[in-house]
Amino acid sequence: MHGARKDLLAGAVFVGFGLAFAITSSTYEVGSALRMGPGYFPLVLGSLLVVLGIAIAVKAFVAGEGDDLGPVPWKAAVLLVAALLFFGYTVRGLGLIPSMLVTVFLTAMAGRNARVIPAALVAASLTALSILIFVIALQLRLPYVGPWLQG
Amino acid sequence: MDILQNLGLGFETAFTPINLLFAFIGVALGTAVGVLPGIGPTATIAMLLPITFGFEPVTSLIMLAGIYYGAQYGGSTTAILINLPGESSAAVTALDGHQMAKQGRAGPALATAALGSFFAGTVGTLALALFAVPISQAALLFGAPEYFSLVVLGLIASIALARGSVLKALAMIVLGLLLGTVGQDLGSGTPRFTFGFRELYQGLDFVALAVGLFGVAEILRNLEGDITRSVMVQKVKNLWLTKDDFRRIRGPVLRGTGLGTVLGVLPGAGHVLASFVSYSVEKRVSKRPQEFGTGAIEGVAGPESANNAAAQTQFVPLLTLGLPVSPIMALLLGAFIIQGIVPGPNVINDEPELVWGLIASMWIGNFFLVLLNLPLIGLWVKMLTIPYRFLFPAIIAFASIGTFSINRNPYDVYAIAFFGILGYILIKLGNEPAPLLLGFVLGPLLETYLRRALIISDGDPTVFVTRPISLVLLLLAAGAFAIAVLPTVRRKRDVVFEEED
Repeated sequence: MHGARKDLLAGAVFVGFGLAFAITSSTYEVGSALRMGPGYFPLVLGSLLVVLGIAIAVKAFVAGEGDDLGPVPWKAAVLLVAALLFFGYTVRGLGLIPSMLVTVFLTAMAGRNARVIPAALVAASLTALSILIFVIALQLRLPYVGPWLQG
Repeated sequence: MDILQNLGLGFETAFTPINLLFAFIGVALGTAVGVLPGIGPTATIAMLLPITFGFEPVTSLIMLAGIYYGAQYGGSTTAILINLPGESSAAVTALDGHQMAKQGRAGPALATAALGSFFAGTVGTLALALFAVPISQAALLFGAPEYFSLVVLGLIASIALARGSVLKALAMIVLGLLLGTVGQDLGSGTPRFTFGFRELYQGLDFVALAVGLFGVAEILRNLEGDITRSVMVQKVKNLWLTKDDFRRIRGPVLRGTGLGTVLGVLPGAGHVLASFVSYSVEKRVSKRPQEFGTGAIEGVAGPESANNAAAQTQFVPLLTLGLPVSPIMALLLGAFIIQGIVPGPNVINDEPELVWGLIASMWIGNFFLVLLNLPLIGLWVKMLTIPYRFLFPAIIAFASIGTFSINRNPYDVYAIAFFGILGYILIKLGNEPAPLLLGFVLGPLLETYLRRALIISDGDPTVFVTRPISLVLLLLAAGAFAIAVLPTVRRKRDVVFEEED
């Protein structure tokens, strides 16, 4: 079950990360083995990752034969990322309640065949549950409604 | 006998009402997680780490460890009742356990799993107590070169037991090591890979990484297709084992416990391996091998004991060397660090209440598991009817708020999204996420020891092979690597892991 296309892509991802780390770390002081600069360790590892990525891709190329990647839940991916970014960006400004409501609602909409009203109900109940657990039971100090909404 | 004294201290610590309560909460949560498909113990522990931040260190570790071995139990319950192993090591249990359930013998199968696990858990806990002190004393002789080689061994050995391509597992480790370098460099204080964001000076948060890799990525995997579960469970009646059953499970339980105790300390998926090995051993020694797969009670007793014993002895390398052998142990290492404790050979001397309390709590937790699981079996099965569309929003809600509450750093929440997508892509392309997490956690240690070792040796890299302990560790690493790439072993390894799917 080793699909060639999968492996080619995997190799490319690793080469990409390896290059990004290696090139960035070469802008730091590299130093010598005795006095390693901050760039030494990541530069070595980044180069190693490039080599490994190439090896994976080459092996895939030699092995041939394609393999289907299967379905990708695009809508879910976009909604989950949006939900998390929204939470990080607004939890302080909007406060816990509004921020959570929107975050959970977006998440709930990521499900297959999700509908607005059940998602809103899930958002409301999970927000209440989170407040119960985090603010009331665990004494997390976060305002329910944040400064942005208080004028 | 020091060990009695130590265990005495441990039970004293573990028997306080608060620690008993959290051991109970931990194993109950763990059982729930094991029962529910689509939520793994790794993501759960990552999500709950922030909650335990305010607890006493020992209380928090007792609860988190409880989730881990509780999940082993819960996984076998669903494996037996509905042929759906909630946890990978329970896959073997499903083979014969579910057949027994079909023949109306679900009760004895569940009882065998519970009793075998309890016995194995007891032995595993004792083994942990016995070996912790000598191993940590030996480790006190380690210098920087030995530690470097030890970390290398841990990383390489985790490949030998991971499934799939060796090259990919290596690449995942290296990527994890690289992600671990984000943040201020320990030597010079220079910020690395922070792109000017002050919020990244502390490095990427490993809770965010674990939640992203094991929580969000898993949700995306699950949303690829429909999760339809048909829960058709007959009433479980008559839990008791007959005399004949008892006679048949005695040997498998003992052998499984022995195997699990030994294999548990192996890096990678020691507990999964233990249950598979135990199954094949039982099949081989049985006088009726043809019964395996059709409801042989031995096929439940052996693997269940093996994986539970291994679950306990996985703690040995963590508590004595500070070396996590699995993603969950890596998270527990993180839990130690959040509490300001650096696990390693000194922990046993410096924090005896913590270590022995944790060890004793495992025995107590195993006892709770028997109480929780057998009488309440109906309750756990009901949990299976919770639709996934309620579960994954809850995971995201708790993960985001929990992660944010650790450092109050919005970047940690962004990191969940980043690692969720990255993890999903990598998993989709056939890479196991576990080596990445191990690399990430061990990366800073590896770099620190590498630097120190080379300073001690005046920059001479042969220091790693001229010191005997370091050389032995590196040779072991080379051996583990050779085993991983040897074609015959690889084929066997693939067979072992394929049955799991």
